[in-house]
Amino acid sequence: MKLLRNIAAAALLALGTPAAALAAGEEIKFPPQIWSFSGPFGTFDRASAQRGFQVYSEVCSACHAVKQAYYRDLKGIGLSEKEVEAIAAAVMVPAIGDDGAPTERKGMPSDRFRSPYANEKAARAAFNGAYPPDLSVMIKARPGGADQLYALLVGYSDPPAGVTVGDGMYYNKYFAGHQIAMAPPLADGRVTYADGTRASVEQMSRDVTTFLAYIAEPEMETRKRLGVKVVLFLLFLTGLTYATKRKVWSDVH
Amino acid sequence: MAGLHKSEFENPVINWVDSRLPIFTMLQKEYGVFPTPRNFNYFWNFGALAMINLVIMIATGIFLAMNYTAHKDMAFDSVERIMRDVNWGWLLRYVHANGASMFFIVVYIHMFRGLYYGSYKTPRELLWILGVIIMLLMMATAFMGYVLPWGQMSYWGATVITNLFSAFPLVGEHIVTWLWGGFSVDNPTLNRFFSLHYLLPFVLVGVVFLHIAALHITGSNNPLGIDVKGPQDTLPFHPYYTIKDSVGICVYFIVFALFVFFAPNYLGHADNYIPANPLVTPAHIVPEWYFLPFYAILRSVPDKLGGVLLMFASIGVLALLPWLDTSPVRSARFRPVYRILIIVLVVTCVVLGVCGGKPAEGIWVVLSRIATAYYFLHFLVILPVLGKFERTLPLPESISRAVLPTGGGPLPGGAAAKPMEKA
Repeated sequence: MKLLRNIAAAALLALGTPAAALAAGEEIKFPPQIWSFSGPFGTFDRASAQRGFQVYSEVCSACHAVKQAYYRDLKGIGLSEKEVEAIAAAVMVPAIGDDGAPTERKGMPSDRFRSPYANEKAARAAFNGAYPPDLSVMIKARPGGADQLYALLVGYSDPPAGVTVGDGMYYNKYFAGHQIAMAPPLADGRVTYADGTRASVEQMSRDVTTFLAYIAEPEMETRKRLGVKVVLFLLFLTGLTYATKRKVWSDVH
Repeated sequence: MAGLHKSEFENPVINWVDSRLPIFTMLQKEYGVFPTPRNFNYFWNFGALAMINLVIMIATGIFLAMNYTAHKDMAFDSVERIMRDVNWGWLLRYVHANGASMFFIVVYIHMFRGLYYGSYKTPRELLWILGVIIMLLMMATAFMGYVLPWGQMSYWGATVITNLFSAFPLVGEHIVTWLWGGFSVDNPTLNRFFSLHYLLPFVLVGVVFLHIAALHITGSNNPLGIDVKGPQDTLPFHPYYTIKDSVGICVYFIVFALFVFFAPNYLGHADNYIPANPLVTPAHIVPEWYFLPFYAILRSVPDKLGGVLLMFASIGVLALLPWLDTSPVRSARFRPVYRILIIVLVVTCVVLGVCGGKPAEGIWVVLSRIATAYYFLHFLVILPVLGKFERTLPLPESISRAVLPTGGGPLPGGAAAKPMEKA
């Protein structure tokens, strides 16, 4: 029973529900950022999203899955068919062999991103009961969206005077209750970008947030493009319909 | 040809069918030449909009159901699969999810129209009551639909709402177990909610049919709230109102499209993109925005059973409205006091909605109590008394006299206006 309660408490912290923040009686404001993908005409900054994929692969993916995404989705951030095939082939995915025994095979673009842990229990066992949540729809699963994720990644610091954090916990300005089980994942130069961009914590946070925003909504660019056409068409149709209405009603007014 | 309907259609095929099953004659009578008051304003669009919305929900829902898996371990992922792998799945899902909100926006405005222009008064009481039943069915359907993605709000919303029934003495706990199909919200609950979520919209179609059938007996109310006195007061439904409804439909589609394409999750709750977890209770369990006023009424009472009863009473009182409002005048245009009070009631409902979205503490509890008290005061005390004392303005002689510059010609004999018409 005590174990259950500990797991629940750890999960609560890990999931970042605002319960603790409320208990502390404060509301955390996330500084608004300018994103390439915000607004009705927004698109994903391909270079940033590709760098973000590198950050995810080299850092986040050690603990966090994006199990809803496929390797083929990477084509949406500007990688070529060949590059995607190479990325997928570098990963071994679980399979069932011809003899019926579990085995592994090379990944294909049609495979989902391989998760770092076989299941939730395995992940919890590795993290002291906490569960690194799946990041597939993380941007949509937090009220602050991309701003919140970015703020969290750059929000680590030493606790202010008078604040002590629990064992195995870290201080984060933008996490509910300010105590997070995730160790600061990024440090300047944590990855080396192929395009020469300086890998500051802010830059990596921005890039990985852009990547995760794409992973959460791979349909976003199609959606907004279609939306512009639909709304323009409807405005035109409304004009025509209203003109027709005036014409039809002209003999009774 | 004994027994055949005498069809007036010239097309031989249509005539052949119509003689045996006069659906074309019926359509022509009910939607072609149907005499409709000539003075509708754009508030009269919303019935047609609600109908269109219901069709959209059923059409998108059928295709979503083809791709959805009603199992607690697979539901969340199957919804994400719809978003990612199903051709135009994201469009289907966002239209369906935002369609629920649009449905309530449309129906709430439709109800406001009924309240403002006294559409519930005799002879349209049953029409109004059927409308209240439609709203109840909509609420049940929307609630169960929100459970299906099996996110955190799905799970905990279902837990909170089904637990309400446990407030009833003796049988309460048994009812809840029976609803759940077990001892907590779990896979059997999800399965039956899916089944009912698919069933209820078709029940809804049936009640909507009765609603429209009743409407076509009494005819529509109108912004003046006075009866149609003759052909000079009406226009054939087609083309006048088909085209006027079309204008409204276009504008409605624009609003709908802005949500679907540019803010598809604005009306939703971020927590519902977290898979359901029975071990983690969200800090705020809030229902969808359209339930917030009722949620505020529920929470305004310190006693659970009292809260539940009051919440149901807040809808039940609407069904009694035709008899609670004692004023013989329908339209608020001629009721100077009611005209203000109806706006106060709308403000009350908005305040309740805001309170329902806030944590049940401090000022929000006080506000929701005041608003709840006023809501019932309006229906149970003010309306019955107001009808006896309000000095209403003189009603126009007829619709055509009021709206046509020429006065619409002479009135048919014996239909001269009475100053306080029991309309």
